[in-house]
Amino acid sequence: MYAQMVQSTGKDVKTTAEMTPQEAAFQARIDAGEKIEPKDWMPPAYRKTLIRQIGQHAHSEIVGQLPEGNWITRAPTLERKAILLAKVQDEAGHGLYLYCAAETLGVSRDDLTEMLLDGRMKYSSIFNYPTLNWSDIGAVGWLVDGAAIINQVPLQRTSFGPYARAMVRVCKEESFHARQGFDAIRKMAEGTPAQKKMAQDSVNRLWFPALMMFGPPDKDSVHSEQSMAWRIKMNTNDELRQKFVDQTVPQIEFLGLDLPDPGTKWNEERGHYDYTDPDWSEFFDVIKGNGPCNVDRLAARNKAWDDGKWVRDGLLAHARKKAAAKVAAE
Amino acid sequence: MTAPITRDQAFLQFLLRMGDNTLILGHRVSEWCGHSPVLEEDIALANTALDLIGQTRFWLGLAGEVEGEGKSADDIAFLRDVWDFRNILLVEVPNGDFGRTLMRQFLFDAWHSIQLGRLMTSSDSRVAGIAEKTSKEVAYHLERSADTVVGLGDGTEESHRRMQEALDYLWPYVGEMFQSDAIDAEMVAAGIAPDPASLRDEYDALIGRILATATLTIPDSSFGHKGGRSGKMHTEHLGHLLTQMQWLQRAYPGANW
Repeated sequence: MYAQMVQSTGKDVKTTAEMTPQEAAFQARIDAGEKIEPKDWMPPAYRKTLIRQIGQHAHSEIVGQLPEGNWITRAPTLERKAILLAKVQDEAGHGLYLYCAAETLGVSRDDLTEMLLDGRMKYSSIFNYPTLNWSDIGAVGWLVDGAAIINQVPLQRTSFGPYARAMVRVCKEESFHARQGFDAIRKMAEGTPAQKKMAQDSVNRLWFPALMMFGPPDKDSVHSEQSMAWRIKMNTNDELRQKFVDQTVPQIEFLGLDLPDPGTKWNEERGHYDYTDPDWSEFFDVIKGNGPCNVDRLAARNKAWDDGKWVRDGLLAHARKKAAAKVAAE
Repeated sequence: MTAPITRDQAFLQFLLRMGDNTLILGHRVSEWCGHSPVLEEDIALANTALDLIGQTRFWLGLAGEVEGEGKSADDIAFLRDVWDFRNILLVEVPNGDFGRTLMRQFLFDAWHSIQLGRLMTSSDSRVAGIAEKTSKEVAYHLERSADTVVGLGDGTEESHRRMQEALDYLWPYVGEMFQSDAIDAEMVAAGIAPDPASLRDEYDALIGRILATATLTIPDSSFGHKGGRSGKMHTEHLGHLLTQMQWLQRAYPGANW
């Protein structure tokens, strides 16, 4: 999940009786499964929540380039390098569609960028963990994009049209990423003892951070109800997390790797795997800015933005000159 | 005295020159990932690097075939040392700022597009085939790098200054693209590739037009560094680049990735 703990109204969901007629009509459209389009009326809080959620999602795609980009220059074969480049290029493209979707709500990409850079907006906690060996690149595709897909497949049916349509395209590409990630880590798990050790190290390190991607447990999740009523959020954090565990445990076994969580056990009665909860105090530390890479990630994005100012200014100045010359010629 | 070069040896050297250029430039461009001035540039740079790495697989794959020792494109890319590389020096110099990276890309793309145009009529159908496939990508690279050079050259005072500095820094690396040697003579004789010197007029006309639109001044010096395409003397930078690029293959020999 690339959007975590997105704050909505902070209040209880209104009953139909408490809604204004306009709000009630809006809710009725959502309940009927209709898409809300940018020019339609929407409650200010719906707009605000979506900007937060889509913005956070977009930022995650952008910051997510960094841990993967960390291995492009060290990819072990030309094919792996090409696949990784294509993947990172896709992530930047996802960022672009998502910023465009957010812009339909009346916020500019530059405003959102400024909010990311000065820490007012967040990105997914997962990208504050480092990629330390080549196998992490496989694990990121398989586990991280895999977790993102579990969140984003239902979002294809989300109530806001531009977001839902962006998700359709994003999901197709993410599915490809997850498959290539699994293929990459499978090569490692089936490779030399050193490669297998790398694969195990990746799974051990990234398992709990991947579980954290779905956000805090439902009992502590304060923002869910309103978002679910608006169909901006389709499932609870724990539902999605369980789905991820159930899907991934057999894959780890297939790879012949040890399960990173000794508490993993099939529960016949529930029809699901039991698992150990991640250390939520670590999650909240990462969210607060104290993850292993928070400072470096934001510093890298700030440096790119600051160093690039002259480029953006230069291209803009040229575009204006060209436009002025065109007007003068007419 | 060195023994005269055979046609196969010359052909191999020619293929390494093509493939090493795209490999090393692709590596340099990929270093930008996640750090470029604006999202569209992140996408464009990753796309350019991806094309160049794809082209490398064609050229070095064919080099392995021609050499006939069972080497794959990966073996050639990851298991040679600095002195075996045949890329021009231009592509191995560090990225510098975004302006230098795009100026280098433009100076290379202009040569690359003309070269591939000529190679499309190569007497070797494999070379002609690769040129045919890759020239479409390179036409796009040139369009984009030329547009960016014009936009930044004729942008603000600062962007103009930076682009002129980039051109001044890179200009001494341009001449190497047009130097001919015995390998080239052999390729010309076989009808496989053109004489590098024969590309110069078209190149000068192309870059002259774009750089004038960009309000930039071509330095008044014909001096050119050399040593890359012969392998006699690379820059100090190439060794560091290879250290990073080849690390996994060197540290874990024989592994399947």
